[in-house]
Amino acid sequence: MTAVDTPARSGLATLRRGLALTPEFRKGIAGTLLLALVATAGRIVVPVAVQQTLDRGLRARGGPDIGFIRTAVLVCAAAVLLTAVAAYLMNIRLYRTSENGLAALRVRAFRHVHDLSMLAQSGERRGSLVSRVTSDVDQMSQFMQYGGLMIIIAGGQLIVATVLMAVYSWPLALLVWVVFAPLAFALRVFQRWLSKAYGAVRERVGDMLSAVSESVVGAPVIRAYGAEDRTARRIDESVGAYRDAQVRAQTLVALTFPSTELAAALATAGVVVAGTALGVGGHLTAGRLVAFLFLVTLFVSPLQVATEVLNDAQNAIAGWQRVLGVLDMTPDVADPGAAGVELPRGAVDVAFEDVSFAYPGGPTVLQDVSVRIAPRSRIAVVGETGSGKTTFAKLLTRMMDPASGRVLIDGVPLTDVRFSSLRERIVMVPQDGFLFDASLADNIRFGRPEASDEEIRRVLTELGLGDWLDGLPEGLATPVGQRGESLSAGERQLVALARAYLADPDLLVLDEATSAVDPATEVRLQRAIESVTRGRTAVSIAHRLSTAEAADEVLVFDRGRLVQRGPHAALVAEPGRYAELYASWAAQLKI
Amino acid sequence: MSQKVTSDILKKGAGVLWVAARAEPRLLTAAVLSSALYAAMTVGSAWVLGRVTQDVVMAAFRDGRTTTGTLVLGGLAIVGVALLKALGVAGRRLYAGMVQYNMQAAYRRAVTRQYLRLPLAWHQRHPTGRLLSNANADVEAAWAPLAPLPMALGVVLMLVIAAIAILATDLVVAIVGFLVFPAIAGLNVIYQRRLAPVAAHAQRLRAGVSEVAHESFEGALVVKTLGREADETERFAAVAAELREANVAVGRLRGLFDPILEALPNLGVLAVLLVGSIRLRSGAMSPGDLVHVAYLFTLLAFPIRALGWVLAEVPRSVVGWERVQDVLEATGSLPYGDRSVDGKGPAGLEVRDVRFGYTGDDVLHDVTFTAEPGRTIAVVGPTGSGKSTLTNLLVRLVDPAGGRVLLDGVDARDVERHGLSATTALVPQQAFLFDDTVRGNVTLGLDVPDEDVWEALRLAQADGFVSALADGLDTRVGERGATLSGGQRQRLALARALVRRPRLLVLDDATSSVDPQVEARILDSLRDSAATVVVVAYRKATIELADDVVYIERGRVLAQGPHKELLERSAGYRDLVTAYERAADEPAPDEPAPGEDEDEENEEAVA
Repeated sequence: MTAVDTPARSGLATLRRGLALTPEFRKGIAGTLLLALVATAGRIVVPVAVQQTLDRGLRARGGPDIGFIRTAVLVCAAAVLLTAVAAYLMNIRLYRTSENGLAALRVRAFRHVHDLSMLAQSGERRGSLVSRVTSDVDQMSQFMQYGGLMIIIAGGQLIVATVLMAVYSWPLALLVWVVFAPLAFALRVFQRWLSKAYGAVRERVGDMLSAVSESVVGAPVIRAYGAEDRTARRIDESVGAYRDAQVRAQTLVALTFPSTELAAALATAGVVVAGTALGVGGHLTAGRLVAFLFLVTLFVSPLQVATEVLNDAQNAIAGWQRVLGVLDMTPDVADPGAAGVELPRGAVDVAFEDVSFAYPGGPTVLQDVSVRIAPRSRIAVVGETGSGKTTFAKLLTRMMDPASGRVLIDGVPLTDVRFSSLRERIVMVPQDGFLFDASLADNIRFGRPEASDEEIRRVLTELGLGDWLDGLPEGLATPVGQRGESLSAGERQLVALARAYLADPDLLVLDEATSAVDPATEVRLQRAIESVTRGRTAVSIAHRLSTAEAADEVLVFDRGRLVQRGPHAALVAEPGRYAELYASWAAQLKI
Repeated sequence: MSQKVTSDILKKGAGVLWVAARAEPRLLTAAVLSSALYAAMTVGSAWVLGRVTQDVVMAAFRDGRTTTGTLVLGGLAIVGVALLKALGVAGRRLYAGMVQYNMQAAYRRAVTRQYLRLPLAWHQRHPTGRLLSNANADVEAAWAPLAPLPMALGVVLMLVIAAIAILATDLVVAIVGFLVFPAIAGLNVIYQRRLAPVAAHAQRLRAGVSEVAHESFEGALVVKTLGREADETERFAAVAAELREANVAVGRLRGLFDPILEALPNLGVLAVLLVGSIRLRSGAMSPGDLVHVAYLFTLLAFPIRALGWVLAEVPRSVVGWERVQDVLEATGSLPYGDRSVDGKGPAGLEVRDVRFGYTGDDVLHDVTFTAEPGRTIAVVGPTGSGKSTLTNLLVRLVDPAGGRVLLDGVDARDVERHGLSATTALVPQQAFLFDDTVRGNVTLGLDVPDEDVWEALRLAQADGFVSALADGLDTRVGERGATLSGGQRQRLALARALVRRPRLLVLDDATSSVDPQVEARILDSLRDSAATVVVVAYRKATIELADDVVYIERGRVLAQGPHKELLERSAGYRDLVTAYERAADEPAPDEPAPGEDEDEENEEAVA
């Protein structure tokens, strides 16, 4: 479990913190509660009408007092209508307020996730972060649209019914409470069982979806390896397990749901027996006794929905807790904001001072790195996988902060530079150039939103990609597909490069940005990059040492340490890590 | 919606339910019978209460005395009816749920079986998201009306019994009932009808919000490196606002109809009181009857809504069912022949005049080459020249539009089921890992001892990092498992191929994310494998491994032969493979035009 998943907070604390973070929820709450009071109070109209009719209308000498009954019915009908109007107004206000609050919460959480460092966003946690701004908030929304309303109304109804019962006959009210008290306790237990059973259902649905998606996403591998039977078996197992969990949960529901029905019948029977005995003694009228029977149904219905709604409520609170958990995480790479330094444009000078880095709980991946990169120099960073190259790049672009030491640009610590200024001046092209499901032009424009199509075309031409663009069926309007998958891995890298170049940074960091394109294209790109980065500082993480040969200076990393630095010609001549790497690279080139 | 269309949908909906009735006749009958019991007892409980009021309560109040026997009898009657009703409720919920879950499970299995049976070409024509929702959301929607169906049937019965009961009590009061109950039922149908599209719209928007969040978080590194968090938040806020409005629209409908549906039965009870009192004066009714009918109104108010629930689910159910049927009725398969290719030693491969296209233009034109048993062929060409498509044809993931792929002289189309997958192995460019253990990912269900798995991992240079994993072979990888680097994933995919000891091994740039030093060791170990190897590569060291090179540009074989020979014969080939040395030797001439072409997007779709 990670910090993202486990905020431990009580329901009340969640409510307090949640309302503090989303003040939208509190807007107009007083008016809504007032309407809720009217809406629930109206629910006792019918039992009162029954009682009045039986006691006063029918008891009148000379047959029923139709005049009285007519007046009572009309007054009650007016009350019912008033109740309906109040309920309508309350609903509308509640939906509007809650949805406003939820939308604001969603957007705030979304923004916050982007503000968290890449550390929190890496790998498997991404999916859970997505659910923070989707299903967790949806759960709250669903609860507020149904369960929340029910709880307000049911709570009010319970109170109103109890009060009226006590007014009619306190001994009978006590009797009803005695019958229902153990039920309330039992419902708590049932609800705990149910929430466990539904927890199992949710777990199984995850397994099932993952197994089903294998048959679609993994179709080529399944075909190529004849793994149909294995996959079918897995699907069958997970579908079966999901079905079994559903049936188990449903069995619990089926067994526990009618318990309120039985309690109601027991209470009704008790009321009839005790009420008749009381009536014979002259302590109760027949109308009040019958009204009591109606009140019992009024009393039961909130309890009947309680199991269902409490489960919803628990899920909603858990969801809210998870969203708050994200909002309460302090971004470990924080934007100094307005207090930060705004750096003027111009070639960047970089200095690492005794920089070390380790992922929390992990081994040190970068150790005591001190290096200065002069403005306008072109640097190649080389080393085996796991030597710390990419970590170096991430620290340089402040995707992460060092565990110790500092990174300075133009003499200013990176942590003091305002993000808007930092991102304008330093841009990294990652190895996996993620593209958005939009047109080619829009993807490149992501680097600079105000750029015109002409500018985009110019950028592509300058990178030597004009012919490639002309070869695309719809040119700049070509859709790239989800994650850019309509393009090849190599083409995606071309787009990512163009995107970064359009952003016009002063320091360009390339993290194996051309690893998937063919050698001839890569060489051409390399040259284009050399010409477009003239006058800027450029740092390339290189997997092909041809890049290193062309650089002004090479930084050699080995097991988290900077072990060698200097121009290619000098390094290759001295014994050391670089000479080894170069020998193995040269051996590959030679036939 | 016209009357015609509505009745059409209802007819189709009934057809869907009939399918369930035939599949699960016993459970469905049990559910309906339970519901009937529940219905009868609901009406019965009102009747009992009326009788108890009249004969026990009123009598006692009138006479000023009562006997314990009558009281106990009255109490027992109330509890007894409630017990039966509870039994009905429990049975209805349990059996209705089981019918629904069984049908869902059965159709999930059926749909995914189709996915496994249909050829890859069919998969390529259908977007992934669509197929996933067919197996999940559509199956669920198709069987959604099954849950409230028994309840609704019970309600129909309940209404009939109630109508008779009220009619038997008093004709005039019955008229009030006949006005109120259809009004509730009708209003609820209107309510659900209007709610369904609005709720579906909100559901779609929820999916949209999720898509934007997914994409944005997946591209977080890009968003961050370019400092575009604010714009992304704006994009997300726009879809979130749309969803908010849709949710409010749902709420507005609920907020309007719920109070009306709540008020109607209450007004009905009041009307019964008024009319009933008048009838009471004329002696047509007793106070007990009045209580009975009034109580019935209170009890029936809620269950009547079940009719609306079923009707609301029907259009969604019909759409879901039709989409599921599209998959189940899809034809087109990759028919297998009956020839076997289970010879010993490396397989011979011959590609003869092969043509292939995805939608429009051909990606491959008249590709011809031969790989003698045990030889290694390198396929070289610029990005997007059709290499990945070619590898798919070699292991028969797709069939050529023209020409033939022959394995040991047998046309791939004539080979028996599982014949090719037992003989050939393709390692694709992008390694796909299943949500399974390391062992499961390597064996894919093949029954091999762990020693063989380790041996394959060793050949793929993956034994080192696998033994360093916390649970070794039992470590979960894939979607929800341990994080592996691109190179590690590729090596697992390679081990998956090697553990099968294929007679034809096809590598599609399968070591691109592996360090050169590690790759060299992998290539060394492949040299000794008893397989014919076809390898797509850029790296010279990989090409060096090959006996022959096939050079492809824009889907055509431009040259083939030994590497040294091609270097002299083919200018395009020379340019491509010697790019690095030339870059090192010559100063940079400014030369545009990378070797990309428009066929690229199709090629990726296969990989």
